[in-house]
Amino acid sequence: MTRPFLSVENLVVHFPTPDGVVRATDGLSYTVEPGKTLGIVGESGSGKSVSSSAILGLHRNTSAQVSGRIWLNDIDLLTLSDKEMQARRGKDVAMIFQDPLSALHPYYTIGDQVAEAYRVHNKVSKKAARDRAIEMLDRVGIPNPQLRVDDYPHQFSGGMRQRAMIAMALINDPQLLIADEPTTALDVTVQAQILDLLQDLQREFNTALIMITHDLGVIAEVADDVLVMYAGRAVEYGTTKQLLTAPAMPYTLGLIQSVPDLSSDVNEPLRPIPGNPPSLLDPPSGCAFAPRCTFKHLVADNLPDTVMPELEEIAPGHLRRCHLTEHDLSKLTPKPAEEVEVV
Amino acid sequence: MSTPLLEVKDLTMHFPIRSRGLIPRTVGHVPAVDGVSFSIGAGEALGLVGESGSGKSTTGRLITRLHEPTSGQIIFDGQDIAGWTPRQLKPLRRDIQMIFQDPYTSLNPRHTVGEIIGAPLEIHKLVPKQGRLRRVQELLEIVGLNPEHYNRYPHEFSGGQRQRIGIARALTMQPRLLVADEPVSALDVSIQAQIINLMKDLQKEFNIAFLFIAHDLAIVRHFCPQIAVMYKGKIVENAPREELYTNPQHGYTRSLLSAVPDMRQAVVGGRRERIRYTGKEEVVTTTER
Ligand SMILES: Nc1ncnc2c1ncn2[C@@H]1O[C@H](COP(=O)(O)OP(=O)(O)OP(=O)(O)O)[C@@H](O)[C@H]1O
Ligand SMILES: Nc1ncnc2c1ncn2[C@@H]1O[C@H](COP(=O)(O)OP(=O)(O)OP(=O)(O)O)[C@@H](O)[C@H]1O
Ligand SMILES: [Mg+2]
Ligand SMILES: [Mg+2]
Repeated sequence: MTRPFLSVENLVVHFPTPDGVVRATDGLSYTVEPGKTLGIVGESGSGKSVSSSAILGLHRNTSAQVSGRIWLNDIDLLTLSDKEMQARRGKDVAMIFQDPLSALHPYYTIGDQVAEAYRVHNKVSKKAARDRAIEMLDRVGIPNPQLRVDDYPHQFSGGMRQRAMIAMALINDPQLLIADEPTTALDVTVQAQILDLLQDLQREFNTALIMITHDLGVIAEVADDVLVMYAGRAVEYGTTKQLLTAPAMPYTLGLIQSVPDLSSDVNEPLRPIPGNPPSLLDPPSGCAFAPRCTFKHLVADNLPDTVMPELEEIAPGHLRRCHLTEHDLSKLTPKPAEEVEVV
Repeated sequence: MSTPLLEVKDLTMHFPIRSRGLIPRTVGHVPAVDGVSFSIGAGEALGLVGESGSGKSTTGRLITRLHEPTSGQIIFDGQDIAGWTPRQLKPLRRDIQMIFQDPYTSLNPRHTVGEIIGAPLEIHKLVPKQGRLRRVQELLEIVGLNPEHYNRYPHEFSGGQRQRIGIARALTMQPRLLVADEPVSALDVSIQAQIINLMKDLQKEFNIAFLFIAHDLAIVRHFCPQIAVMYKGKIVENAPREELYTNPQHGYTRSLLSAVPDMRQAVVGGRRERIRYTGKEEVVTTTER
């Protein structure tokens, strides 16, 4: 059997701290094929960035404990040396980082940094790399790129910095692109332009894309499959349509119901999931979501508080981690806000 | 009509563009903010949306006087603070607070979360020393962080967690005007909803006025009864929310509204019309999903 293009298997990333071990990612598995987009959503702090940075080998083994397997084209990236990983980073595998400012160096111009990303992996003249940088800045919609190429990061607006990062990540036409909240700082018109650009790139180079975003609208527009993370683990995994129209566990439902749209009643408060995510230092022994779950009373024997549910397949390609029975699932259909029962 | 808490008149900010080389020369200007006027009453919320790079953050930074404007007036509580010196501004720092767009660089990496949030309490002697730890832990809880986070450093937090630290810090001061620059865009949807509800409650309780900068049009609509649209340094439209969303007057506003991704619509599929505004005309494209 051939392996998927990217296969993350049982990935664990732990950070030892003076207060204890932070279990940022705990046994995460998923696959992505060329030309496809996997969306990753989940609570802030649920391990989306930490698990994705592991694919690029970005965790220092002095501060993080990483285990599991990350197969890319039959090579386990976790077994590569730093040098071997460096040769791939930014070329085969690229990442658009969530925080443009810490990924951009304040003392070098935008142009130098974008060009450098190209020169590292291509034997080209300075002039050629600069031209390529200007071309990329133009493609991500920076106005007057010939002029702005010499700006320093602080002279760019938040959204312009984010686009500079995107230009950097795309400059070598990577096979696998991890986009960590690539459009959070962008207005919706530029966002639409960037999403189009990513999809063009995907069509042209058959790029596999991992799109981390909390914007379910973006997920609905671009993702083929979606992975929902909670407290360092996958809690639901399926096609975009399965997840958004028939969520199979209460956390996913809660996310969907938190989102206002352009016709919701402005006098009603929004409907967040009650409570806060658990501490990753001392995660609950049962279902990590149980303390906030408004459906757990439907499950007998206090199971959610004591036993962690396994990830199980409930329909072809649709997995979820939840104690609720198939029968209870009918109660999870997304409804207009006023009809949702809150316990 | 009573005088507004904040009135901005013809505000302008031109950043110099310098040439590279040993002796940099000014070779031009970026007109980041170009004759902007608006007002916000006490306890009210004005939304500011617009193109990336259109000058929203700069407008916010001018009002909090992190920049000195090239020209124009910033009348806060009856006084024009546009030309004030840092010393004159000092007593105002409590009243006007800002939540920054970038949660990564706005927090000092060498200070613990407790110190970051507690510092304003100390500087302005708001809470006696013994009460400070408790107050900071309370604030952490208000923004949905664990009190155990008190002794941790910013790099140990995810993007959304850092943003909440910034919000807690701004709230410690109980400001009269809060410039919130994309306060929830780094947060997941559930925490977004929590923070928005929280800010609405605090707004009512403490009568805080907001300049709320955001690009999520559904969130802006929810939070702000009045919304201004910025395009290339200018406010091109300023209208009550119902009017703006049902009857947008400017081409750029129409293009914005057409680009909002709609989760509920996208999974169903179908035609989608998008308007692109070129500065002169509106170009409509239709795609099938
Ligand atoms: N260097 C570190 N040391 C200790 N804990 C860390 C470190 N880096 C991250 N963490 C913790 O790991 C968890 C996962 O962080 P991660 O950045 O992956 O979250 P995320 O899902 O990307 O969230 P967001 O949506 O807010 O970006 C968080 O609880 C964070 O506090
Ligand atoms: N310190 C600075 N020096 C030079 N130019 C600057 C500086 N700060 C901002 N600018 C420029 O001013 C313009 C407006 O920037 P601003 O950050 O206000 O935009 P914005 O509307 O907040 O955009 P975004 O939605 O992307 O955050 C941009 O062209 C930007 O490059
Ligand atoms: Mg993250
Ligand atoms: Mg900005």
